[in-house]
Amino acid sequence: MSVVSLRVNGKTHEVDIDPTTPLLYVLRNDLGLQGPRFGCGLGQCGSCTVIVDGVATRSCITPASRAGGEITTLEGLAKDGQLDPLQQAWIDEQVPQCGYCQNGQILTARALLDRNPNPTDAEIREGMEGVLCRCMTYFRIQAAIKRAAREAGE
Amino acid sequence: MNKTLKLPQALEDALLCANHSTSRRNFLKSSGALVIAVGVNAIPGGKVLAQAAAAGPYPDPDFLELDTWILLHPDNTATFFVGKTDGGQGTGTAFRQMMCDELDIAYDKTSLVMGSTDATPDQGGSGGSDAIERDGWPMRRVAAEARRVLLELASEHLDTPVAELAVSNATVSVRTDPAKSVTYAELVGGQRFDIALQGDNINATRGVASVKPVNELRVVGQSIQRYDVPPKVDGSLTWASDVKLPGMVHARNVRPPVAGAVLKSIDASSVDELPGFIQVVSRGNYVAVICEREEQAIAAARKLQAKWEPPAEAPFPASDDLFNFMRSAVPVSSREPVLQGDPDAALAAANRVIEADYEVPFQGHTAIGPAHALADPSNDQMTIYSNDMKSYGLRNGVAKFLDMPRDRVRVIYMDGPQVYGRTAADDAGFEAAFLAHELGRPVRVQWTRDEETAWDTKGPAYTFRMRGGLDADGNVVALEYDARAADYNHVGYNEPDTVLIAQLMGIRPANPASGNAATPSSHYAIPNQRMTGRVVSLPMIWETPLRTGNLRDPNGPQVTFAFESFIDELAAVARVDPIDFRLGLLEGSNEGEMFLRARSIATIRAAAEAYGWDSRPSPNAPVPDHQGPILPGRGIAYTYRNGTVATTIAEVEVNRESGRVWVKRLVCAHDCGLVVNPTGLRHTVECAMLHGLSRALWEEVRFDNEKVTSVDWASHPSLRHSDTPESIDVVLVNGDPNPDRPDLPPYGAGEGSHKPMIAAVANAIYDATGVRLRRAPFRRERVLAALQASST
Ligand code: FES
Ligand code: FES
Repeated sequence: MSVVSLRVNGKTHEVDIDPTTPLLYVLRNDLGLQGPRFGCGLGQCGSCTVIVDGVATRSCITPASRAGGEITTLEGLAKDGQLDPLQQAWIDEQVPQCGYCQNGQILTARALLDRNPNPTDAEIREGMEGVLCRCMTYFRIQAAIKRAAREAGE
Repeated sequence: MNKTLKLPQALEDALLCANHSTSRRNFLKSSGALVIAVGVNAIPGGKVLAQAAAAGPYPDPDFLELDTWILLHPDNTATFFVGKTDGGQGTGTAFRQMMCDELDIAYDKTSLVMGSTDATPDQGGSGGSDAIERDGWPMRRVAAEARRVLLELASEHLDTPVAELAVSNATVSVRTDPAKSVTYAELVGGQRFDIALQGDNINATRGVASVKPVNELRVVGQSIQRYDVPPKVDGSLTWASDVKLPGMVHARNVRPPVAGAVLKSIDASSVDELPGFIQVVSRGNYVAVICEREEQAIAAARKLQAKWEPPAEAPFPASDDLFNFMRSAVPVSSREPVLQGDPDAALAAANRVIEADYEVPFQGHTAIGPAHALADPSNDQMTIYSNDMKSYGLRNGVAKFLDMPRDRVRVIYMDGPQVYGRTAADDAGFEAAFLAHELGRPVRVQWTRDEETAWDTKGPAYTFRMRGGLDADGNVVALEYDARAADYNHVGYNEPDTVLIAQLMGIRPANPASGNAATPSSHYAIPNQRMTGRVVSLPMIWETPLRTGNLRDPNGPQVTFAFESFIDELAAVARVDPIDFRLGLLEGSNEGEMFLRARSIATIRAAAEAYGWDSRPSPNAPVPDHQGPILPGRGIAYTYRNGTVATTIAEVEVNRESGRVWVKRLVCAHDCGLVVNPTGLRHTVECAMLHGLSRALWEEVRFDNEKVTSVDWASHPSLRHSDTPESIDVVLVNGDPNPDRPDLPPYGAGEGSHKPMIAAVANAIYDATGVRLRRAPFRRERVLAALQASST
């Protein structure tokens, strides 16, 4: 065990853990966050996604001790009580079915739009390719990303 | 543990509100909900939890009491309590809409509590797409009854006959003098209704009042946004997998490395020095490792050394040999053929006879979030936090399994990943309860990715043999359908003798379930038919990862694939456009089926119109000198599911060089009768289609002859963003071709559009390429092989 320091949603936390512990479990079980979700533990599905220094990162395969940057989780996306425009687009498009995968969808889309505010359809598909949804809300997700990009450009 | 127990907001709100009122307190006590309220406030200290749990037992809320269903608060809002669950199709929102209409209260003045066995009446949870179709009725009737009672109270209060009163948004007023009014809250807010209902069973529950006619419904029919979407999007939702309890520990299962292996010994020293290690629990072939922390349990489960003895005989053939095995197996049962006319004579006399075999492999649920549950054994009770869509069944099954009185077991239903049928959520719930019972501490069980993919229940594999006869004019004179399903010992929901833990412990029901090989559900007028279904068994039926269970429309996608592909084959031989051919088959004059045929024709026409279908036979005539790898095509399939009819048209691009099939466009004309929430319905229909598309293009459980080898998203691919169509049109036919029936009831919508998907894609591939794919899924290597075989 050793003390690991994490910056999450603007706050610093110190946790006494085995430093190889995947970030996912620290966020969920030590910090009590409910955005990042366990889907595979293998880096294959994206459910556990968090944003680390602007990059969509799979917390299930990231050791806590190596998550040195500024971590944003789904809970941390809203600013000053205002939903992120992407979250609002998700509501406007009524995207989720069960919703379990949506953490990864939204955060991956956020990082994508931050890199590329006006992605083409092909770029959206490519950028989102590795985030799986078993309820098959893909069409809605893509519509919400396009809506958010459009509205940001207005 | 620094998280307190959080319950769904609606439940917390209801309880908070209720706590202001002493009279409601009694109601809540009897329903057990107060117990949760104590728990909510008490857990930070930890100690009062025991006291909260001691407040059990948890008797069933009485469905014959109006107070069980509806709680009116002093602030003139209401909470509805229903015994259903919502897997994300928006049924919770729809229930509220239906009840609001009958109660005459604004939607945003209400909340809903679902599926928690001690707080809501037992409507069985979800399944079979019957939420609106069946379970909506008692909800509507009890809400109508509450309105009737309130009107009578208002009549007394306002000293005006009921006939002269009007109701709007939970306020009753005198028609001629609207200033004279009284709110629901002033009449009973915070009080019991104390009204007894009637009915032999929960579906029959009714009071004196009748429900409103369809033309008086105002909230029903609106696309109200789902209340569960914002918390799923902003991270505020507490899922079943998020619940933390003081003293809670983490378990991981250790499955037999080979199906049917027998546990010989466990070397506890392989793990007992590991940090956080608590215990290995094993009984029979069931093994779990328990640790303080989650990552510790994962590590310990990986490190545990155990000796397993493989079975003497292979538990199943390898997936490559499955269909040959199924075709040559002696069926364990054959259903009496559905016979019409004389198919043998008609085939003998037919001008042309066509034969084809079709195959569909096992397909799994493979939820995005593997199965999980948390069980709390405090104070001789058992509380299970679960997303099981049949929470009541989980409660009953666990009570039997642990030999506990039913009223000491409760299930608190919370959101979780997809629940399209009999998922492993059942299994995880039993495992958590068993381990918590053994340990005397709250235990959280979380399945791993490979466990979920390999061991969840499977939709049965099918083989089909079809024969059809055409006369000289291209009319279908005979059809023979012979299906074989590997569905022996199909497991039910939450059965204490078939859940995986029970099977691994050696517990067996007296007889394996017989399983089912279903027959098609179209309404074609074909004069001579024989439809046969046979169930075959794999060598190993217990403890097997290839156990079958209900997966979204349990047999429909398979059966419809074979049947609607074959109808297409007949149309192609007859050189008739596939839609014209189907319409021809529906224009029979069988009186009993007229209504069903009329609705079939209406959806087929609506789909054709939305698509812009031009009439021509399949396959698409190859354009001379067609350049480039992309071949375009279109395909249609139509089907009934109970009262719902769906017609789907798929437009594909087949890449003849890579074999890749992209479904570029989808149109579905869908008729499920009365529509409660159009947007919610459209999205459910759309996602059910894409789930079907995933099964058409990707999904297949593969195995060698000792274990499942589809274990993750690399070895078990699923639909992805890049597979998404460019456009999807859902046309709500909603109706009834007969305009004199304004009260067409609602039918289910969770599965109807899932059903024709594999067939529509197969027919489109044929249209594009002239090559008929008779084995799903249509992964690129299979498509490429078929294209190459046809060109040589
Ligand atoms: S849980 Fe991390 S990628 Fe699947
Ligand atoms: S919404 Fe259920 S997995 Fe994506």
